[in-house]
Amino acid sequence: MEENTVKPGLFEKGGKFGWLHSTVDAFDTFLRVPATVTAKGSHVRDAIDIKRVMIIVVLALVPAALFGMWNVGYQHDLAVGDLPGFWNQFWWGFLKVLPLFLVSYIVGLAIEFAGAQIKGEEVNEGYLVSGFLIPLIVPVDVPLWMLAVAVAFAVIFGKEVFGGTGMNFLNPALLARAFLFFSYPSKMSGSEVWIAHRCGADAISGATPLTFMGDGMNALGAGGYTFWNMFAGTIPGSVGETSVIAILIGAFIILWTGVASWKVMVSSVAGALLVGWIGNLCGITDIPAYYQLVMGGFAFGTVFMATDPVTSAQTETGKWIYGFLVGALCITVRFFNPGYAEGMMLAILLMNTFAPLIDHCVTSSAAKRRAKKVSIV
Amino acid sequence: MSNKIYLKKGLNIPISGEAALETKKKIVPDVVAVKPTDFKGFSPRLLVKEGDKVLAGSPVLADKQNPDIMLTSPVSGTVKEIARGEKRKLLAVLVEADGEGQSVDFGAKDPSGLSSDEVKEALLKSGLWPSIVQRPYGIIADTAVTPKAVFVSAFSTAPLAADCEYAFKDELEAVQAGITAMSRIAKVHVCVNSESSIFAKLSDATVHTVVAKKHPAGNVGVQISHLSPIKKGETVWTLNLLSLAAIGKLFKTGKLVLERKVAVTGPAAKEPAYCQALPGTPAKALAGQLDPDVEIRFISGDVLSGENIGADGYLGFFDNQLTLVKEGRERELLGWANPLRFNQFSSSMAYFSWLLPKKKYNMDTNTHGGVRAFVCSDVYGKVLPMDLFPVYLIKACLAGDIDKMEQFGIYEVLPEDLALCEFVDPSKNDIQAIIGKGIDLMLKEMA
Repeated sequence: MEENTVKPGLFEKGGKFGWLHSTVDAFDTFLRVPATVTAKGSHVRDAIDIKRVMIIVVLALVPAALFGMWNVGYQHDLAVGDLPGFWNQFWWGFLKVLPLFLVSYIVGLAIEFAGAQIKGEEVNEGYLVSGFLIPLIVPVDVPLWMLAVAVAFAVIFGKEVFGGTGMNFLNPALLARAFLFFSYPSKMSGSEVWIAHRCGADAISGATPLTFMGDGMNALGAGGYTFWNMFAGTIPGSVGETSVIAILIGAFIILWTGVASWKVMVSSVAGALLVGWIGNLCGITDIPAYYQLVMGGFAFGTVFMATDPVTSAQTETGKWIYGFLVGALCITVRFFNPGYAEGMMLAILLMNTFAPLIDHCVTSSAAKRRAKKVSIV
Repeated sequence: MSNKIYLKKGLNIPISGEAALETKKKIVPDVVAVKPTDFKGFSPRLLVKEGDKVLAGSPVLADKQNPDIMLTSPVSGTVKEIARGEKRKLLAVLVEADGEGQSVDFGAKDPSGLSSDEVKEALLKSGLWPSIVQRPYGIIADTAVTPKAVFVSAFSTAPLAADCEYAFKDELEAVQAGITAMSRIAKVHVCVNSESSIFAKLSDATVHTVVAKKHPAGNVGVQISHLSPIKKGETVWTLNLLSLAAIGKLFKTGKLVLERKVAVTGPAAKEPAYCQALPGTPAKALAGQLDPDVEIRFISGDVLSGENIGADGYLGFFDNQLTLVKEGRERELLGWANPLRFNQFSSSMAYFSWLLPKKKYNMDTNTHGGVRAFVCSDVYGKVLPMDLFPVYLIKACLAGDIDKMEQFGIYEVLPEDLALCEFVDPSKNDIQAIIGKGIDLMLKEMA
């Protein structure tokens, strides 16, 4: 039998540095699986734990992050023309995006660790994912201090006040984005923010495809957007949201491993297509419904944010309803709010709020049905 | 009328150490324990003191609330010790066996000619009444209640469980007599796993076929929920095959015969096989030779919902399985991040166990992670073939909300039915303990 050798008694509860217990424990269990054995109930357990679940989501986000880094450089090169070659563009983008990751993780994890320390609990792994998501859903030029404030707000008021990962009802990463959007709108929308260091290079428009939502296909085409460049992601936008290809790779990973619900993804796409089709039919827009799937943050939101198992509906029937409404609401916002056409963030946050209600309706009706069940013997 | 129940959900845990279908030896223990802790809802009062002579079938303990309910000694011998735990809680009465095998004679009877009251009286006197489990709550059956029905599962799907077809192949007549006796009290339903099962031809009972390949289809709770869901105010009884065989032998021979084939199983068992033994047999005697350098957990029952009895413990009354598992105190380096980890089983696709569907794993008792709040929402329902929302029921139990517990089906479950939810839980909550606490709260509030 092996005793704990890494964790000195100094850091155990009651020890000299006992107040650092949560921090030491977090690093210790990060390195080595804890030696805890089952106390009650099932004597053996599945090898999966929350660390594994979270690391799989991070892995699934890596393609979108890598593409986003390259695209940051590529868009800058398109606008300014000083970055020839793939690796130049990637390296430049990497250096632009890295500070976003650093700020997100340092601020977020510091609060998480402090919170766990104060409560005397183990550090939750949830922020591993939130911290990776946040840099991918903001414009690359967002000032770092704003990002830090937004992260702090999201972690404290979106998560810790409710009791940490698993207890929150709003997606923390989206909450950070919503905070930025409503507090500093000039840095979060319009056509000025999506390309790093444009330096007044007005020859090229920095607008995202959603800017043309109100104007239709001709304007979209004139802006240089085709279905295929929006699908590939070689367009301006938030760091990680542009490439549907990279997002689909991530979707495959989290669906195959069962970490995310395919029901939410399928029904969200269905909701978006239906509303997009109706809008097209009624003449609200001449943009075909399937274009909606590759524009803006829809794909990224559907795959990585709407499927957050904590803040989405918990019941299987509820997931169909929840996902459908996320997709439908997102496109509805795009139709009727051309000024700020990115509806995905608001659609998901709104449905996060309603997810418990959906689940309540599902479970109550199931209880009524169960009460009517008759014995078959 | 024979029904077929089709169940798809569930999980078979590929743990190594399945018992070979041979009975190696008959264990004649020096000491046999009568454990009141095996019976939920039994508050023991001693009827014997140290040094008293007892026969197989002599009363040893009586229930304080209902003194008619008694536990009897499975062997003849001398009361050696009254084992007590914290706060003097009575843990076991240890009887030193004299090896003479003398029994109290309760008188052989033909159960088919008896009245309900005569059957009840025989069961109470012999100490077999406590082998009837009442649902909801999984407590000793109330003598004043006539149940809606009696349910029996004639197969087990639990990990490494004793093969019923093998363990009871010589006891079919006794099981039949037991069913006939119980059918004098209420309608009996037996669930078998195939129409060719040796139990499919039992009479005096309705036989149902459960078409399923995965655990927990063999759990009687799952079967009841599909045949006749328990609603508020309803009562059903369940018996396992061991109890039915003992009841049958009681009527056929007039004696209390609790001997059974016990499967000694698990990754830490040297030679997993069957042996002939009594309930209350010391775990060490059953386990045989073990590796002295390995810390081993002795589990009476299966690895999902059996009881950790310790090396000095005794086989439980309801069990015909001893599982031996290594305590998992080793610390794997970066286990959660290791992409391969081929020696660990996971039912999720997050690891690569799915590449090796035939592999059996030497599982240990490590939790493989720290306790967290519920994060994943769909992993639990996949292993529970019942019309329930497991996480909602668990949360209602945690909150102690009686109305919600009722709404989410607390009457239909025992902790064992959600054992697989606990196994697969990435958040490592002790789900069976939570359900158990919920049931205790219901018992207190509904009393």
